[in-house]
Amino acid sequence: MNTVRTLLVRQIRDLSRARAVAGYGAFMAMATWGLLHFGGGPERAMPSLATLVVLVVPLVTILITTTYLYHSGDFIELILSHPVGRRPVFLSLYVGLVTTLVGALLLGILLPFAFTGFASTAGKGLGLIVVAAALLTAVFTSLGFLVAFKVDDPARGNGVALLLWLTMAVLYDGVVLYAAYRFAAYPLETPMLVLMGLNPVDVARVVVVMALDASAMMGYTGAVFQEFFGGASGVVIALACLTLWVALPGVAALRTFVRKDF
Amino acid sequence: MTKAFGSVVVLDNVSLDFEAGRVTALLGPNGAGKTTLLKGVLGLVRPDGGSVLIDQTAIDAVGRYRESVGFMPQLPRFPSHMTGHELAAMLDSLRGFQGRADDELIDAFDLRDDLDKPFRTLSGGTRQKVNAALAFRYATPIMILDEPTAGLDPVASLALKDKVRRCRDEGRTQVITSHKLGELQALADDIVFLHEGRVQFTGSLEALLEETNRSTLEEAIAELMGGGGRWGSLTPAEGRTRHGDSDDRTAPGLRVIP
Repeated sequence: MNTVRTLLVRQIRDLSRARAVAGYGAFMAMATWGLLHFGGGPERAMPSLATLVVLVVPLVTILITTTYLYHSGDFIELILSHPVGRRPVFLSLYVGLVTTLVGALLLGILLPFAFTGFASTAGKGLGLIVVAAALLTAVFTSLGFLVAFKVDDPARGNGVALLLWLTMAVLYDGVVLYAAYRFAAYPLETPMLVLMGLNPVDVARVVVVMALDASAMMGYTGAVFQEFFGGASGVVIALACLTLWVALPGVAALRTFVRKDF
Repeated sequence: MTKAFGSVVVLDNVSLDFEAGRVTALLGPNGAGKTTLLKGVLGLVRPDGGSVLIDQTAIDAVGRYRESVGFMPQLPRFPSHMTGHELAAMLDSLRGFQGRADDELIDAFDLRDDLDKPFRTLSGGTRQKVNAALAFRYATPIMILDEPTAGLDPVASLALKDKVRRCRDEGRTQVITSHKLGELQALADDIVFLHEGRVQFTGSLEALLEETNRSTLEEAIAELMGGGGRWGSLTPAEGRTRHGDSDDRTAPGLRVIP
């Protein structure tokens, strides 16, 4: 516990000073403020904000994670040459990154709402966007850890991270849409749901769709999920799905880290 | 210990004893597996097979045994924003260290002022001094030094070698890798020579000199390597000597004279 506390204090101080994290928070704040200010009020701004969050959060999270881990390689090695177990080191790295990234994200999204006084009108929708964004951050931190510890070369690792984001956030929906179009003659609800559960970005998208009742704007998979679950149980299942997406790559990353050679 | 990276066998059934209270020089050409072996002992590299015993006891998986090991890595990159003092305080806290730190080297290197500056402002040599000071800070019974004098000026290098001798007098066990064979000859009690992941020689310095019938460690190692020429750049390789020929005599810049 002492190890985790010591490393966390240092890491959070280090990361909150990092320009990338500050820039991320500032970008989210400017984007949110801009949408609220020019987008014609919170009702109109929310779907745009949701789209932005679902695209930007995974990208920034996974790139900051892999970059930070590659950058810290020597430091991790130094720490591990002392009487410190690998699990506590992993835990503090992970918690430190998720905490600072979620912190920057929350400040970025919530401050503009607070300043413009729209927070109360936005209500439940905003709450779910924030929860989905925080979970997405954890998911892509896990994936970033897995990539950074599996791939030794930083250039290749960052490339893999970028490709992962591109696949999940952009290409995947295209493929699903194409499949839906090709097999339109068959009952597709169940396969669509399975396909969607396989992609955390889609799951997060569904959570915000649920929150905003704007399924038509969010792609085909979102529409299917809305129809299938409709109510609160859908949100619970989607959140559970996301949690699984945090845990599975996270555990795989931990196993890789414990066996890794430095 | 056995370790392969992919299909490359770096350590091939290496079996060694480092005797307590003695300074062992771990030698071998680049890529012989020296650093991998040291990292295996530290648990930084996970061996494919084999085990490490300290005082007949197998080391624990969590790494509590590193309480008694001080490690000086090869030219590490410290976090650029941190100062030496901050890093030392953090390591103290990680180790749960309460006692009085050994700051002999800090005084010997005159490091006090530099420890208040962030690492990014320190020169490579000064960083290496901090590296040494941190390694010796916890007065551990076992010291592992990977190329400790690399990048140090002669004065600092001498101070470090004095420290190693004092540690030996205190009965601490030390393992040193270095390419500076001359300085190792003055320092080492025992020699381990690794070549392509195998132990080529292990024994006392005297035994090595006697066995190879040479007077210096440098010559003895060259002998082990098979008649010289392959040990680093101590003797230029055959084909390279042409550079010094008469036609180039007026050419400016670098000259290599055999």
